[in-house]
Amino acid sequence: MAGPVAPPVEPRPSAWGGLNRVLDTPAKRGAAIGLILIVMAVAPMAFGPYATVILTNALLYTILALGLNVVVGYAGLLDLGYAAFFAVGAYSVGILTTTFGWNFWATIPVAIVAAAVAGVIIGTPTLRLRSDYLAIVTLGFGEIVRIAARNLKITGSASGITGIEQPWLFGWHIATPTDFYYVFLALTIIGILVSVRLSNSRLGRAWLYVRHDEDAAEAMGINRVRVKLAAYVIGAIYGSIGWAFFAVNFTAISPESFSFKQSTLFLMAVILGGMGKIPGVILGAFIVVLAPELLRDLGSFRYLIFAVGLLLIMLYRPSGIWPVRSAK
Amino acid sequence: MTLTTLLAQQLVNGLVLGSFYALVALGYTMVFGVVKLLNFAHGDIYMVGAFAGFLALSLVAGVVGIGWLGVAVAILLSMLAVGFLGVVIERIAYAPMLKAPRLSILITALAVSLVLQNGVLTLTNGQIIAFSPKLGFAGINLGGVFINYKQMALAGTAAILMLGLEMFISRTQYGRAMRAVSVDKDMSELMGIDVNRVIAVTFFAGSALAAAAGTMAGAYYGSIWYFMGFLIGLKAFTAAVIGGIGSIPGAMLGGLILGLLESFGTQIPGIGSEWKDVFSFGVLILVLVFKPTGLLGKSEQERM
Amino acid sequence: MTGPSLILSGVTLGFAGNTVLQGVDFAVAPNSIVSLIGPNGAGKTSLFNCITGFYKPRAGNIAFEGTALLPLKPFQVTRAGIARTFQNVRLFRQMSVLENVMSGQHCRTSSGAVGAILGLPSQRREEREIHDVAADCLRFVGIAEDEWPREATTLAYGHQRRVEIARALATKPRLLLLDEPAAGLTRSEKQELIGLIGRIRDERGIAVLLIEHDTGLVMSISERVSVLDHGVMIAEGTPKQIQSDPKVIEAYLGSEDAEAALAL
Repeated sequence: MAGPVAPPVEPRPSAWGGLNRVLDTPAKRGAAIGLILIVMAVAPMAFGPYATVILTNALLYTILALGLNVVVGYAGLLDLGYAAFFAVGAYSVGILTTTFGWNFWATIPVAIVAAAVAGVIIGTPTLRLRSDYLAIVTLGFGEIVRIAARNLKITGSASGITGIEQPWLFGWHIATPTDFYYVFLALTIIGILVSVRLSNSRLGRAWLYVRHDEDAAEAMGINRVRVKLAAYVIGAIYGSIGWAFFAVNFTAISPESFSFKQSTLFLMAVILGGMGKIPGVILGAFIVVLAPELLRDLGSFRYLIFAVGLLLIMLYRPSGIWPVRSAK
Repeated sequence: MTLTTLLAQQLVNGLVLGSFYALVALGYTMVFGVVKLLNFAHGDIYMVGAFAGFLALSLVAGVVGIGWLGVAVAILLSMLAVGFLGVVIERIAYAPMLKAPRLSILITALAVSLVLQNGVLTLTNGQIIAFSPKLGFAGINLGGVFINYKQMALAGTAAILMLGLEMFISRTQYGRAMRAVSVDKDMSELMGIDVNRVIAVTFFAGSALAAAAGTMAGAYYGSIWYFMGFLIGLKAFTAAVIGGIGSIPGAMLGGLILGLLESFGTQIPGIGSEWKDVFSFGVLILVLVFKPTGLLGKSEQERM
Repeated sequence: MTGPSLILSGVTLGFAGNTVLQGVDFAVAPNSIVSLIGPNGAGKTSLFNCITGFYKPRAGNIAFEGTALLPLKPFQVTRAGIARTFQNVRLFRQMSVLENVMSGQHCRTSSGAVGAILGLPSQRREEREIHDVAADCLRFVGIAEDEWPREATTLAYGHQRRVEIARALATKPRLLLLDEPAAGLTRSEKQELIGLIGRIRDERGIAVLLIEHDTGLVMSISERVSVLDHGVMIAEGTPKQIQSDPKVIEAYLGSEDAEAALAL
């Protein structure tokens, strides 16, 4: 019965939550995923150019929310300066392509390494702190990165970097919104697969152990600093790659995209959907992107709605809005 | 300007700035003492205080004018109103979460902060609002160092408030109860202290102080906007940490130190005003990494 | 006869003016069962915390199988071969029984993010191994397989204690520290516990050090007993020697543990 994978351990409420009642067989779940994929694949043709741009945004947010989910949802670290890693990825690409003339694809490994290094630099002093301090210190780091980006010449100061060249891949010039839509769709699928694999692994469990009871985890021989750092670095890489691709999509980056307000949007996405549950996080990201579109007429009122929504969720439904299975 | 006058001027600036930080830092530290929570929304309470002061001044302008008396009345009204707001927030948002995992209550505090910010954002449409009472620009000149009356009033008011708080803590029943709850909440409950009431009083006091700081800042700098609490919140937190979180004299000391550091720090060649905030955050990170208990704080309690 | 595997010498621990442990000398021989008893507040759990690295004593040395433990962080102490349970059962909430026990295997395996993401054969092999070791430990302590997927904190109290022991065993220790393992157990559960501790020593070759208040249990199972009172080791010997030691009886009588004194 058991295939080449380790014997299934299905004790945690499944990520599908309450939908498990409807999608109770692997076949049905597979069909649901397949349906979603088909819809996503034909979306540009079916929904038109404006929707394509919005959906691309939603996919970008999904990738970033998945990354933050590793840090907040799995490892339980309230990182309020997540935007710092976006900046690392975006500016790596921006600077290397415009100032130094690099090929975009060559900058990706740099973006990854830079993100990992940033994760280690920010993580090492802060991960030992208790959670309240961690939140504020990461916020501080985020602000430092944003202010540095705004002040330094190499990052283009307040006007940022513009005129980033869009990449070629084996003769295909990735330039139109539709092109980028498919690139982001591919990235999102990869991002989801990576998250799923991680959550079912030794490292994924270690995050949960550390998050639920740090001292007991430590007593079981788990190096909690190393485990938290791994979450940080992985989250950083998600953020960095997401924005690296966004930089070439938008062909410009500005330091104001990396503010605290941006960080809170992703946090809302992760929490709205239910921390740690991948389908919930995806839903949260889509809501955060699509809702402002639908509520466009309300102007700045929509941020208030989001904030109140977040508060209500924390008070009454901390597991997020994704339907949950009732406890055994 | 000679070097000494320059330094002396920075000293004055630093003390004035430090008074703001100290007032707001006190709220952080007091709340942390009784509920062991960093009230993320505290900076926004300061901001709401500024707006409340503005509204109060508009309300009473007809009666007491918009000079010194008007501002004083506005400060008092703002302190009362926002003090109550603080209690309401505590009852609605924090009290139900005290038994929840730490992460949840942190996010709740963040949510409260966002609600306050976005609420005011919506009401003001994000505009910066001018807040200009008639306080004049006169001052005194001490051997080349110019101290205007506004600065003196500011520092003086802050000092009076802090003194009032200190007397409240050490002389009244509530003050003693607050100290007891900070040391051991469960034991205090067993000894018959109404812990919920103490927590409410703490939130009232902390919010009132922040509101006073906010109103004074609005009057002093001449403008208020919905995002003004963000930076001050972070800096006040830094001040509280420098002094030792949980320690009231620590918050006062930390505030002054941070104010002075910022004032003198910006005079260091290379750190202009654009890097001022980075400087403060840098200090925060260094303190948390190397001396997280701050100057006057107690060391970490045993774990098991 | 090999020398003791765990040696404490001159361990002194203090907090904020209180001296919790004063010049404690203590040893545990390999493959033996040793009990640490003493009136409430004597410092027994603090001694455990010193051994496992959560507290750093002001003075003294602690060595396990020749390795100095004081410079080590708690997770390193576990990797060196010492595992523990807690006075208040501390199982990981919202996680299953099996997952709780699997946590013990974390320090004995090494696959990381890359292996997980790529699904490397070495990672899959390790996952199977983690699962198998955890299953084996659960069977050893007598937890039925149908309980394994259940959320650990929903189990009956006695079963939760056993899961905690299984979790500690999963770290493949050579010394197991049990902090009041019998607290809250029924009489028959205590009998099973005695049997389990015996099997841990005999079938797994693991030395067991326990803190316990139930003197009956202590006397029936221990090879040696050490008595701690107000941070000072006042007696050490076989159960019979301890029972008749006047210093020990006095220490218990002088405290609220008169009941325990009578049990002696």
